[in-house]
Amino acid sequence: MRRAVVAPTTEPALVQWGLTLAALGFVGIFLVLPLGTVFAEALAHGPAAYLRAVSDPDALAAMRLTLITAAIAVPLNLVFGVAASWAIAKFDFRGKSVLISLIDLPFSVSPVVSGLIFVLLFGLQGWFGPWLAAHDIKLIFAVPGIVLATVFVTFPFVARELIPLMQEQGSEEEEAALVLGASGRQIFLLVTLPNIRWGLLYGVLLCNARAMGEFGAVSVVSGHIRGLTNTMPLQVEILYNEYQFVAAFAVASLLAGLALVTLAAKTLLEHRFAATRAAAGKD
Amino acid sequence: MGEAVLRRKAWTRPGILPGFGLSLGYTLSYMGLMVALPLLALFVRAFGGGFAAFWRAATAPRVIDSYLLSFGGALIAAATNVVLGSLLAWVLVRYRFPGRRVVDALIDLPFALPTAVTGIALTALLGPGGLLGRPLESLGIKVAFTPLGIGIAMVFIGLPFVVRTVQPVLDDLNAEVEEVAASLGASRRQTFLLVILPTLLPAMLTGFALAFARAVGEYGSIIFIAGNLPHRTEIAPLLIVIKLEQYDYAAAAAIAAAMLIASFAVLLAINGAQRWVCRRSGRI
Amino acid sequence: MTRRILAVAFAAALFLGTGVAHAETTLLNVSYDPTRELYREVNAAFAAKWKAETGETLTINQSHGGSGKQARAVIDGLAADVVTLALAYDIDAIAAKSGQIAPGWQKRLPQNAAPYTSTIVFLVRKGNPKNIRDWDDLVKPGVQVITPNPKTSGGARWNYLAAWGYARETLGGDAAAEAFVKKLFANVPVLDTGARGATNTFVQRRLGDVLLAWENEAFLAVESLGKDAVEIVVPSMSILAEPPVAAVDAVVDRRGTRRAAEAYLKFLYTPEAQEMVAKHYYRPRDPAVAAKYAARFPQLRLITVDGAFGGWQKAQKEHFADGGIFDRIGVNR
Repeated sequence: MRRAVVAPTTEPALVQWGLTLAALGFVGIFLVLPLGTVFAEALAHGPAAYLRAVSDPDALAAMRLTLITAAIAVPLNLVFGVAASWAIAKFDFRGKSVLISLIDLPFSVSPVVSGLIFVLLFGLQGWFGPWLAAHDIKLIFAVPGIVLATVFVTFPFVARELIPLMQEQGSEEEEAALVLGASGRQIFLLVTLPNIRWGLLYGVLLCNARAMGEFGAVSVVSGHIRGLTNTMPLQVEILYNEYQFVAAFAVASLLAGLALVTLAAKTLLEHRFAATRAAAGKD
Repeated sequence: MGEAVLRRKAWTRPGILPGFGLSLGYTLSYMGLMVALPLLALFVRAFGGGFAAFWRAATAPRVIDSYLLSFGGALIAAATNVVLGSLLAWVLVRYRFPGRRVVDALIDLPFALPTAVTGIALTALLGPGGLLGRPLESLGIKVAFTPLGIGIAMVFIGLPFVVRTVQPVLDDLNAEVEEVAASLGASRRQTFLLVILPTLLPAMLTGFALAFARAVGEYGSIIFIAGNLPHRTEIAPLLIVIKLEQYDYAAAAAIAAAMLIASFAVLLAINGAQRWVCRRSGRI
Repeated sequence: MTRRILAVAFAAALFLGTGVAHAETTLLNVSYDPTRELYREVNAAFAAKWKAETGETLTINQSHGGSGKQARAVIDGLAADVVTLALAYDIDAIAAKSGQIAPGWQKRLPQNAAPYTSTIVFLVRKGNPKNIRDWDDLVKPGVQVITPNPKTSGGARWNYLAAWGYARETLGGDAAAEAFVKKLFANVPVLDTGARGATNTFVQRRLGDVLLAWENEAFLAVESLGKDAVEIVVPSMSILAEPPVAAVDAVVDRRGTRRAAEAYLKFLYTPEAQEMVAKHYYRPRDPAVAAKYAARFPQLRLITVDGAFGGWQKAQKEHFADGGIFDRIGVNR
């Protein structure tokens, strides 16, 4: 009824269409086209060449390393994220805002610097390098160094998701459980975890996407040994530099596919998230 | 929101929940080991040769030019993202059109796509022989290997941050406020400028800060498309890599430390501005 | 539960870490960009030979990147058994900054420890539309020159010194040479960090009119990217590039791989390996192999770094160190 009159809270149809088209055009050129380029280049010489490229032993080794790295880095940051958000959201203490900014800090550190700092610490010319070398422990230019750099880069993601969520939820439910005689572990597993599970998954998803895709930081600490310390993003660069463009884009397309799966999972999670929130709101 | 603030104010008694010592202790020691110690090593290395040496390394003409490019480019890219990102958020929240869900999901692509993949894809697309690069070149616009190309890569990687901070605020925006404004005789433009925009401003600033922080240090997606020419298309993170490859650890650490301090200062300033905006709009 | 995940994760990390560190019969060859294809073939041949001679299964791992970057990684602890880099300066740097290679390494193997040589040539577009014949064509207005960054790339330093040597001889004196090189770099639209990046920029992204490249890199580009796209131009004179090799003493002694590492390096001088060297467009040292492939490598006058620039240490300090001539010509632009 009211829409027939001059709608006071919306724009003329022409403006709506114009804005929508502008936004869609922008998304098309800016997001879809680069993504399409990856797949187009990967399949430029047909599916057989594509399959050969992604089943190359070095490519497989890179995939394995990427998966291992993510499998270590993500749980580490998950545990940290839960601990940090528990401390920050459920308790009041001095210096809390400083702590929150510090958690955010790795986000504003250049990936290159994230690699550099570990070289300064554990490189042969660094603080602990000589000691590590004397005990034949390899961190830099081996898998542990790659994991360390990845952990640093993906450090804030889980915590960032959980802190605002747990702050918003407050701690009445936990306190009630405590009064009813629940143990700390029971409170966490039966009260807190169900409340934060979607946010937690969401954070893990983001953390995982970054962990698998990190390039700059890992490039500094990798050593680029074929089949041993090349992650998938590094393998893309190497293939690109070997004139093997189809192979480079083929490995890149796997990573892009991973990104798409992440996005799909994320969209799904958001729906669950919104649904539980709405349900909680109705109570 | 007001309720949460009230609750937090009232809740000043020491926490009765268990696990404070454990969780905070774990948080602090993990952070100390993973973040504080490495960054400490960076600053010790940067200032190890004295402040004069640090200053010389961090302010050489070529380094200054790279800061101008990285910080200038990131600021422009973040500003561009505020406009484009807010537009996207607006369209996604307010209008219904086929494929809206897909577009909404795609917004996060730059975040999920590995930076090296972004880099080679953008270069393939915008390079002299690329799908977009060729027509643009015939128009006399060079994108790849120019500051423009660097800017485009920075806009690409920063886009999700503005959209994702503005979107929820738009979602929560009460339509009644707009209706009241309209019934009081405000034009749509006035409503937008005087009612909607001030509400969105804090979120826009947050998005700006995040997009800026991401762009200023970015390496992987820019390095393929940047020309890497000293004084013109050489970004600061590349200069750190170059110093490293010249075995000049102190200079690499000095540039890294200077960048870190500068981007932290910019973030603090944006946070300050945000608080100011919040306070002002809270008073209205 | 999380603790169990963590335990598994740590076990996996330890397993991998130690697995890399203690596998007995592996060698790591840390090399520069354009040698990927060469060493892939050499490694397979040497591993077969080693197996036949000692019964030991040998795996040779490869790491490639810009020469300076690779040297830095070794200095920082990348456990290379052998390094095969673009120029002696980078191996000197490893010796000086980490002490992992004994001084005098260049005397331990024949011919300056360089089992193959190369030089710097031009790669131009098919048909040579800008008619580029020699170094002085590179400084003409409107000619775009592609070269990597001499600060990070070994190949680029050879490019730079070859241009300098040409200008000093034809124009007379270092001042004229500096002006010449400055004009040349004013024609450079993009500086990649490594030789491979520069070749990609020129061939794949179709930027620039001429690429200054390793001879082997130029041949490989023509071969793998099509004769109808680019062609090689050999200038009137160039520089003798001697990419040297060395065993990393500290690493081979710690890992007990000295015997294999040294045999591997000596193998590079054998006729069998020299054939591969020639096949991958490096100039072989072995006279018989060199004679066989003489038609492939045009004869041109080559200056040397030792003869024309007083060695790498001096050249590096004067030209490429911070505040050196390369910085100066960049700043004044």
